[in-house]
Amino acid sequence: MEYDLECESVSKRFGSVLAVDSVSCGIPSGSFFSILGPSGCGKTTLMRMIAGFEEPDSGDTRIEGQSVVATPPNRRNVKMVFQHLALFPMMNVGENIAYGLRCRGADKAEIARRIDDVLERINLPGVAHREIHQLSGGQKQRIAIARCMVLEPALLLLDEPLGALDLKLRESMKIELKQLQHRFGTTFVYITHDQSEALVMSDHVAVMRNGKFEQVGSPQELYRHPQTAFVAEFVGDSNQWHGRVAGRDGSEVKVEADDGPPVIGVEGGGQNLAEGAAVRVFVRPEHIRMQPLGAAAEPAPEPGRNGEQGKIDSLLFNGGNSRVLVRTASDRLIEVDLPDADSAAELREGEDVALSWPRARTMCFSSSE
Amino acid sequence: MGSKDARRLFLILLFMPFALWIILLIALPNIGMFILSLQEKVGPRVYTYGIANYVEFVNEPIYWNTLLRTATISLLVTALTLLIGFPVAYYIAKIAKKQSKGALFLLCLIPLWVSDLVRAFGWILLLRETGVVSGALQWLGLIDQPVELLYNDVTVVIGLIYTVILFMIVPLVSTLDGMDDSLVEAGFNLGGGRATVLRRIIIPYAMPGIVAGCIVVFMLTAGSYLTPILLGGKNSMWFTEQIYDQFITRYNWESGATFGVLLLVFTSAVVWLGLRLSGQTLAGTVAKS
Ligand SMILES: Nc1ncnc2c1ncn2[C@@H]1O[C@H](COP(=O)(O)OP(=O)(O)O)[C@@H](O)[C@H]1O
Ligand SMILES: [Mg+2]
Repeated sequence: MEYDLECESVSKRFGSVLAVDSVSCGIPSGSFFSILGPSGCGKTTLMRMIAGFEEPDSGDTRIEGQSVVATPPNRRNVKMVFQHLALFPMMNVGENIAYGLRCRGADKAEIARRIDDVLERINLPGVAHREIHQLSGGQKQRIAIARCMVLEPALLLLDEPLGALDLKLRESMKIELKQLQHRFGTTFVYITHDQSEALVMSDHVAVMRNGKFEQVGSPQELYRHPQTAFVAEFVGDSNQWHGRVAGRDGSEVKVEADDGPPVIGVEGGGQNLAEGAAVRVFVRPEHIRMQPLGAAAEPAPEPGRNGEQGKIDSLLFNGGNSRVLVRTASDRLIEVDLPDADSAAELREGEDVALSWPRARTMCFSSSE
Repeated sequence: MGSKDARRLFLILLFMPFALWIILLIALPNIGMFILSLQEKVGPRVYTYGIANYVEFVNEPIYWNTLLRTATISLLVTALTLLIGFPVAYYIAKIAKKQSKGALFLLCLIPLWVSDLVRAFGWILLLRETGVVSGALQWLGLIDQPVELLYNDVTVVIGLIYTVILFMIVPLVSTLDGMDDSLVEAGFNLGGGRATVLRRIIIPYAMPGIVAGCIVVFMLTAGSYLTPILLGGKNSMWFTEQIYDQFITRYNWESGATFGVLLLVFTSAVVWLGLRLSGQTLAGTVAKS
């Protein structure tokens, strides 16, 4: 595979803080790569090293196969969309886009043609003469991207560019960004602390924690097969319990929960849990099946599934993403996805229900990491 | 009385001191000066109105030469102050650490803690024939007899820069402080070198502060009295000295008032021209810096 960007054990320390800790990665050409992590984990620092604004303490960065460690930021073929966009307020839209072209020494006719062309491609034709403050949030976003893309970089870095937008606009910009990336065919490296942004847009996601890449994979892989408790918790929603390993049977482990009945699950991330080890158990709401208990006796436990009973505590209606909170006999709250919005109407608070979920979807991780 | 009236009364009271200040200390004296400048003495205690004072100014080259010289040196001082003040302001606003910022700013304020007179005396101590600099140069063997460093234009310019540079640095620091660092980084990221980033991003962004600083510095310099007289000596040919001369020495108030009006009009014209050339407006400058 061809890589536009390769990092090799890149590290950066600020005083006593190891902001980026020996990160290695290869980003395939033309892909949408996200770096996902909580704030303060070192995402911006890593990106600033790629752009050349911070010098790594150690390690190597290659862009299109060439080491750029000694290259100043203005000579790197990497463009960046800043967190607050950093559009030049004293220039209009056209001048903002022309800035980079002029730095390259392009002639007037060429610049005018390229500006029209790039504005066309971001679906904002004819705004070249507008002032920056006359644009809406979403338009500014697109101009900031156009200003970079007009220079045809090997790599576009985006540092939480949607953070300042309101929710509705953020949703539509997610799709817009993905489409823009397709249209330009350029490699995007996208930084975010919002897992849904990363999952929706990316071909590959790196989950970052304390300066390290915890897991790199496709969004599906991260969601279905998290390698660590941190990834399981950070990517997607989960019900989470604490417990201890009480025994094991082949690939399955029996977990004695701290505040509930025992469950049987599988070890996540290829670890080998010792008997007695403290573990965290994750079950995603959509894997839990809920059945009304009615007057009938307890349903027989199905093979390969964990089960528990409880009462409906509350309905969390949210259209197609509605959920139910179930309070179990052991006084835990469990979130359960509803298959569709209509089924919410048939449920009443206080109703007795039986929950069950597959053992294979009950992920156990050592809690010592 | 409605709340509307109450609010109006409140506003009037609020602006009263400000209005009084404008009227009593700025408008009235200038109107008075202007009227005075139009008076001609035709006999003891007999005056008529006319522009004879202005004609006299035009007919006497030494007067308008002094005014032109004052304006030219003031412009030079303004330009040099900008040149020296800009890097200092940039350092304070953008490069210095948060903790040392305040200390640096205070350091710039120190010259204002002593009076004009004491400051000028300090320069005299340093630069006179038997002064510190002359002595030091002799001790080092660089010169073999005392040199007089006072009473020349270079000394006047240096002294004036020293006196006014703070008024350049303060507005520059406040505009540059408001500039997001990422603008500069974006300038580099998009392929600009240092010179391009300075010329196309930092300076245009700081323009309101530059203009504000230049106006204040130019007006202060053109209107200064002590520094040019004490450091430049008798033949420093500073226009305020001419005004002083007319009012106090010759007791010719009409002519003094004429010179005062001319200084105000001339410096205002220079400022207006500067604003036109830099494409700024006074309101925009004040609002942004
Ligand atoms: N210029 C700096 N000086 C000192 N510490 C810094 C600097 N930049 C970042 N840090 C520290 O490095 C860590 C990572 O920061 P950052 O890369 O901005 O995280 P993120 O973008 O993931 O929120 C933080 O602990 C932050 O305080
Ligand atoms: Mg950040």
